[in-house]
Amino acid sequence: MATAQGNNVYYVPHGSKWPAVGTIGLFVTMIGAANWLNEVSWGKPMFYVGVATLLFMMWGWFGDVIRESIKGMYNKQVDTSFRMGMMWFIFSEIMFFAAFFGALFYARMYSVPWLGGEGDGALTNFYLHQGYAPAWPTNGPDAVGGSFQTIPAWGVPLLNTLILLTSGVTITIAHHALRAGHRLQLLVFLGLTVLLGGIFLFYQAEEYIEAYQHLNLTLGSGVYGSTFFMLTGFHGLHVTLGTIMLAVIWFRCLKGHFTKDNHFGFEAVAWYWHFVDVVWLGLFMFVYVL
Amino acid sequence: MPHRWQLNMAPGVTQTARNAYHAHMIALWVCVVIGIIVFGAMAYAMFKFRKSKGAVPAQWSHNTKAEVIWTVIPILILVAMAWPATQYLVHQSDTSNPVLTVKITGYQWKWRYEYVDYEGKPTGVNFMSKLDADSDKTRQLKSGLDPHAVKVGEEATYLLNVDKPLVLPTNAKIRFVITADDVIHAWWVPALGWKTDAIPDIINDAWTLIETPGTYRGQCAELCGQDHGFMPIVVEAKPKAEFDQWLAGQQAAAAPAVPTAAPAAAAPQG
Amino acid sequence: MATHAATDHHADHHDDHDHKPAGFWDRWVFTTNHKDIGTLYLVFAFVMFCIGGAMSGVIRAELMSPGLQFVEPYFFNQMTTVHALVMIFGGVMPAFVGLGNWMIPLQIGAPDMALPRMNNWSFWIMPFAFTVLLLTLFLPGGAPAGGWTLYPPLSLQGGSAVAFAIFAIHMMGISSIMGAINIIATILNMRAPGMDLLKMPLFVWTWLITAFLLIAVMPVLAGAVTMLLTDKFFGTSFFNAAGGGDPVMFQHIFWFFGHPEVYIMILPAFGVVSEIIPTFARKPLFGYQAMVYATASIAFLSFIVWAHHMFTVGMPLGGELFFMYATMMIAVPTGVKVFNWVSTMWKGSMTFETPMLWAIGFVILFTIGGFSGLMLAIVPADFQYHDTYFVVAHFHYVLVTGALFSIIAAVYYWFPKWTGRHYSEKWGKFHFWWTIVFVNLLFFPQHFLGLAGMPRRIPDYNVAFADWNLISSIGAFGMLCTPVFMFLILWHAKKHGPKATTQVWEGAHGLEWTVPSPAPHHTFTTPPVIRASDLAHGDPTH
Ligand code: HEA
Ligand code: HEA
Ligand code: CUA
Ligand SMILES: [Cu+2]
Repeated sequence: MATAQGNNVYYVPHGSKWPAVGTIGLFVTMIGAANWLNEVSWGKPMFYVGVATLLFMMWGWFGDVIRESIKGMYNKQVDTSFRMGMMWFIFSEIMFFAAFFGALFYARMYSVPWLGGEGDGALTNFYLHQGYAPAWPTNGPDAVGGSFQTIPAWGVPLLNTLILLTSGVTITIAHHALRAGHRLQLLVFLGLTVLLGGIFLFYQAEEYIEAYQHLNLTLGSGVYGSTFFMLTGFHGLHVTLGTIMLAVIWFRCLKGHFTKDNHFGFEAVAWYWHFVDVVWLGLFMFVYVL
Repeated sequence: MPHRWQLNMAPGVTQTARNAYHAHMIALWVCVVIGIIVFGAMAYAMFKFRKSKGAVPAQWSHNTKAEVIWTVIPILILVAMAWPATQYLVHQSDTSNPVLTVKITGYQWKWRYEYVDYEGKPTGVNFMSKLDADSDKTRQLKSGLDPHAVKVGEEATYLLNVDKPLVLPTNAKIRFVITADDVIHAWWVPALGWKTDAIPDIINDAWTLIETPGTYRGQCAELCGQDHGFMPIVVEAKPKAEFDQWLAGQQAAAAPAVPTAAPAAAAPQG
Repeated sequence: MATHAATDHHADHHDDHDHKPAGFWDRWVFTTNHKDIGTLYLVFAFVMFCIGGAMSGVIRAELMSPGLQFVEPYFFNQMTTVHALVMIFGGVMPAFVGLGNWMIPLQIGAPDMALPRMNNWSFWIMPFAFTVLLLTLFLPGGAPAGGWTLYPPLSLQGGSAVAFAIFAIHMMGISSIMGAINIIATILNMRAPGMDLLKMPLFVWTWLITAFLLIAVMPVLAGAVTMLLTDKFFGTSFFNAAGGGDPVMFQHIFWFFGHPEVYIMILPAFGVVSEIIPTFARKPLFGYQAMVYATASIAFLSFIVWAHHMFTVGMPLGGELFFMYATMMIAVPTGVKVFNWVSTMWKGSMTFETPMLWAIGFVILFTIGGFSGLMLAIVPADFQYHDTYFVVAHFHYVLVTGALFSIIAAVYYWFPKWTGRHYSEKWGKFHFWWTIVFVNLLFFPQHFLGLAGMPRRIPDYNVAFADWNLISSIGAFGMLCTPVFMFLILWHAKKHGPKATTQVWEGAHGLEWTVPSPAPHHTFTTPPVIRASDLAHGDPTH
């Protein structure tokens, strides 16, 4: 049947339970999270149940897709739909980060200088915040969160930059290996990429511990702490997801999935990984260096 | 004061308000004229080109000349509208050289007025202004009281009256520095012709020059919580002599109290 | 597939027979069929319109006369806030996604949406998102009450509702983004051979551009509300000037989403009207390509005008001027659209069936809303208009007599294609004329109220505003009957309406009119052969 489909017919799946599972999962997650924040005791466990449901959904849904793909039910056009889907999903992620970068730029270029009396802020500074001089990093005229120190760019962040850049190279080598049919090379370099992702996360965790325990740099450290942790935190979350995705395709490679010219799953993860990489470069520039 | 069945914006008592009024009227008439043309053409088409009258559809779907015309003409109209608007804005943005500086602070749900400095001297006068007791009683849910009965003289002032109005001199440039204590409010007296947001921890400035003595009423114009509808603003504009007298009276009453918030140094010219 | 085929005949989509899954769950819950999902979206939107309408009923009842008669001010604010969120995110947007789901594959000759399973997920998130949002009405402290714009610090004063509302918005965002990605992939990848981009119907074009707006700005809204969440629960200072942030920053980020959002709600409406008017004028759409370019320019401009919602926050002069000029520019491409619709009618051979009436109503009343928008763009005048009922009048003209009218027009227009049955023209026209009378009673006097100085978002007002408010409330009560009319008209049509032909309307062109009515469950499983005469815009050089 699958082959009888021919290559000209767009495969339209008929009915699937996974979206419904996903909906329930999302609903449970959100209700759980909201209750957790409102300090309701069952909020936290509910949140985890929801997340587990979502993971279950992904496992099942992607499993279906993989099976269908291996059976050859997808023609080129289906493949293009997946590619467009992934591409525009990454674009929407970029816009999500843009909101946080926007907040960072706004704080640095407008709100902090104005509070400090520059430009249009002369009166604000005079009447409300006398003695506050604009500078970055800052926790604002009220020194919210108390004095803090920042993470120097040229230590761990630089190391992490190198790690991510290297991982961009290793995944590209893995991709070439896949296309050339060198399965062992593929496994090694993809495995290295997973490892590098893990190391990055390890260092970032170290950095957070350092910040909280020794530098008094927290989410509550005024606008600097807010933007710092929001940007690096969401990025870290994306690295985590990316690393999990990399690990999944590593196992799939191990099971012999993906062929020379049909490996969209691999490419999707690679795109995502590059996206995470590029966002990091922006972070390194604007959060740490400048 | 708004009046019953009022249809249009009032021209107000300041140059700024007249500017707003003119900008409004220009835009309104432009829209009315374009509206007549567009809707007129539609009405004619609907009347003339109906199938029941045996109209046969033309098959063209292009006319470059027409398309260029109706792109260019609107652009010209817009430029003509933007020109005075730009001038009005420039006029409004110059808050320099005031005679009196008043600091306005929005609270949930009342206003504080501080006469920061008048003719170069700090005054120390500073008070709260909130909804008058009459309105406040009447506005309770199912109070059974008649809003029409809340009056000052002949004026029906329900929800537009305060316990202590902001008194200002006429024919003097007054600068307001506006902020808030809790959430965002907006200070608006229509007769003065502008509103400005009162934002916590930020100062916005604005100015006015009132030409006619009188009582001018306005309201908070930014949603600020449950009693947002109940924090009116009343400005009483008096000729300079009367104002000076009023201010002296206030200062005498407040005499022992040291001016708290008013900074000693002269405010910068923003 | 292979296992199904033996037992389950309808799993095979090669045949063109009309095979629908039998059980309720298979048909509606697990469905991947664009038509069924489209129907689900439309039904959901209808329910949401009724809920949002009921809330506006509370608002207008309280505002009917001065003095507080029915609700406490805080509850009034909840109604205003949730009314807007429900109407925008639950009513207008899903209704357009539903129309897109139904019509885009039919109009471009595709067998379904590009990513059918994701399509199902996009839809089913919505009812749950709104369950979360509406549940907040029953929480201690009630629903969010800071206005749909969620400005901090006020919005952060809400009780436990804050977290729920924010997560509900996240869910709506996830749904919209997935829906938009699906539409983009469908339009770019699934067109039948010969359906070049510049031959696509305008509804498809406007939806394509709208989908790009959606994926560009919904994530920004997600970011904005995430920062609200952390400001409330994790001690961040994004919107707190004491910590170096700025409450105004939220407004910038919000409106960077919010202004494109209003065009998200009007561009598909432009598309609908551009389908209907040529059909009933029996004349090709005037200036097809100009329409496409105008839509694209509106979309582009929508990204650089956001601060026109913030003229009174204390921006520097240069900022005010820039945003004023940029905003005024939008009148030019929008004018091109209006003039093109009028030119399409010109020298046509018009009949005035129900969809045409709604479309004409749209052109006139939307333009009035556009005019007031242009007036709002004039900064010195906006210093007076801002946050008054003049603004309320503006946006209800563009939203209700704009977006909502076009949705109603589209439903009447395509209903015979969906169900194979005609509604009653007599009652359809009755619905239209009733609405025209009451909607104008409802919203036109609000211009006067705003100009006279009545602020928005207040539960009570001075007696000078009483008269126009009474008239406005009468209009509202008339409007509240309209969903009932529409429901009865469509229900009756579905059961007893006369059968529709394939083409349905004499002057209709386009691929959707080449499939039988009702459209079979599966259409275009093999790509159709496209003939110029099937297309509404067969030859763009023509
Ligand atoms: C579908 C929704 C929609 C649409 C299409 C529009 C369209 C426009 N809007 Fe509107 N707007 C809203 C929804 C919408 N708006 C909402 C919801 C709010 C309030 C949000 C809130 O605060 O809660 C708002 C608020 C709002 C404001 C802020 C007001 C304030 O709070 O002070 C402004 C200010 O500039 C504005 C301007 C415009 C303009 C210039 C257009 C233009 O696109 C209109 C262009 C159309 C025309 C001009 C008519 C046709 C043109 C011609 C016939 C050509 C010739 C004409 C001339 C040359 C004049 N809108
Ligand atoms: C699309 C959006 C939308 C729609 C449809 C409406 C519809 C209505 N609105 Fe709404 N309104 C807003 C968006 C909308 N509004 C927004 C954004 C605000 C600002 C909120 C804020 O300040 O934060 C607002 C605020 C607002 C106010 C100001 C409140 C205040 O400032 O305190 C008022 C007051 O009169 C009001 C009244 C009404 C009324 C009487 C209707 C009536 O038209 C309702 C009657 C209509 C119906 C009952 C629905 C009919 C639908 C159908 C027939 C279904 C067809 C569909 C299908 C078949 C799929 N609205
Ligand atoms: Cu203060 Cu509204
Ligand atoms: Cu806008």
